[in-house]
Amino acid sequence: MTTSPHISVQNLNVHIENQHILKDISINIPNKKVTSIIGPSGCGKTTLLKSFNRLLDDIPNVKIDGKVLVDGENIYDPSVEVTHIRKKMGLLSQRPYPLPMSIYDNVAYGPRIHGIRKKNELDELVELQLKATGLWNEVKDRLNASATRLSIGQQQRLCLARGLAVGPEIILGDESTSALDPVSTNIIEDLFINLKQKYTIVLVTHILRQARRVSDYIIFVYMGRIIEFGPTEDVLLNPKEELTKEYVKGFIS
Amino acid sequence: MIQRIRFLKDKIISKLMLVFTLASVSLVFVIGIGLYYRSIPVLHKLSWFQLLTNSDWKPMKGLFGFYPFIMGTLWVTAISIIIALPLSVLTSLYLVEYAHTKVKRVLIPFVNLLSGIPPVIYGVWGVLFIVPLIQNHIAPHFVDFSTGYSVLAGGIVLAIMIFPLIVSILTEVLTTLPQELKDASLAVGATKWETIKKVIIRKASPGIIAATVLAVSRAFGETIAVLMVCGNNAVVPHSVFDPGYPLPALIANNYGEMMSIPLYDSALMFAALLLFIIILLFNILSRVILARLERKLTT
Repeated sequence: MTTSPHISVQNLNVHIENQHILKDISINIPNKKVTSIIGPSGCGKTTLLKSFNRLLDDIPNVKIDGKVLVDGENIYDPSVEVTHIRKKMGLLSQRPYPLPMSIYDNVAYGPRIHGIRKKNELDELVELQLKATGLWNEVKDRLNASATRLSIGQQQRLCLARGLAVGPEIILGDESTSALDPVSTNIIEDLFINLKQKYTIVLVTHILRQARRVSDYIIFVYMGRIIEFGPTEDVLLNPKEELTKEYVKGFIS
Repeated sequence: MIQRIRFLKDKIISKLMLVFTLASVSLVFVIGIGLYYRSIPVLHKLSWFQLLTNSDWKPMKGLFGFYPFIMGTLWVTAISIIIALPLSVLTSLYLVEYAHTKVKRVLIPFVNLLSGIPPVIYGVWGVLFIVPLIQNHIAPHFVDFSTGYSVLAGGIVLAIMIFPLIVSILTEVLTTLPQELKDASLAVGATKWETIKKVIIRKASPGIIAATVLAVSRAFGETIAVLMVCGNNAVVPHSVFDPGYPLPALIANNYGEMMSIPLYDSALMFAALLLFIIILLFNILSRVILARLERKLTT
């Protein structure tokens, strides 16, 4: 591996409702690269992604064993404050979920929670993140309009801006383009490629074309286990494992 | 041929359903018109304004002032909502957002059980427990004397009765909010409470209002339990420790008795009409508010 790991998962096991969802996962996610998690539906990709920012905590009857180290700190250690972990990561879900407030307030939501109150500071932050996600020119005249008035693609970029506004190091994307049209998908994919200069990005996707276009590394998950991990071209073009081969060729889905 | 019969059946059934629906909806108008018709005698003698603003209730002298009853109704209902709404919002939030599945499984049936208890039992419980509590322990801190039979007693009993209604609607509303919306707030580092305060309550506010409307409508009309504890004194209450006499209690206490007094029957019908109008106006008002709110949330 050329870069040091940003997230290091060690012997992670997750049970939900007595079902063994993730089985003995160990993986190092490289720093400032795009890593895509691919695999058939229901294989545990999303669960793996959510284990990185402890969004699994709220699921009833969940049991998590093992370690997830972010910057060397085990986020499942009881002494760790969960909000501090989540602040380090921006999450982009399958469909955009703008908060029930204005465009401005959506972006300012996180910073306000973390104590930024000054109007000019917030203004600056909002403008900066809306520019980073390419929304600024589209919304600068209606910052106080409700976020639900934006198109789905714009909403997704707004959600990205909302995540970036708290200054994370990592961006987690959970099939973030699955509800979007091709043009919006392209915009989001380009954003990911640009953002990896500053952020470590982990994406869940089942679109192999997207995985190939955007990511540097690929993790193939099948039935709760990691089958293969490596640079994108290697995994997609010359898979070592039989299962990966079958998946990439479209035999299992 | 068979084809035609099938379509015919479809048409007949749908028309039949329409008729039944219209019949039940038209009951609203039938009741309204009926009540108005029976109120005409008293309306001939006294004007609307007199009936609504006069405080004298002396049927023997032909004086029918409904102001104390209207105020009694409003006091009791307002007190019950002030008590019940925060309690039920917090309870629903706890049940949906915080409670463990096992805890939920035990608590929710209990809440539902509350709504199944007959009003008269609440009334008896109010007389045995709430009234003495107010008389001996609460009222002495604030006023010189109270029998305990008061609009506060009525409000408390009523609050307990509408509490399960609001909780059951609100838990339904809260569980339908998408987990991803909560995740979106949690993911930027918000705590659960911050998420509830800034996102969940806002998103659920139309549901909270709808639940409140139902509860208030129920509270306006609740009769027996309130009648047993609120004193039934035809004066305008000036504090929560004063007795009150809500409209439903007036009707229930007097209808069928002393009908020989002229216009008495008509006056009671007017009381029913008033209650009907209050609930109707309240429902229309809340629809307007709800529509505004929904528009505000989406624009």
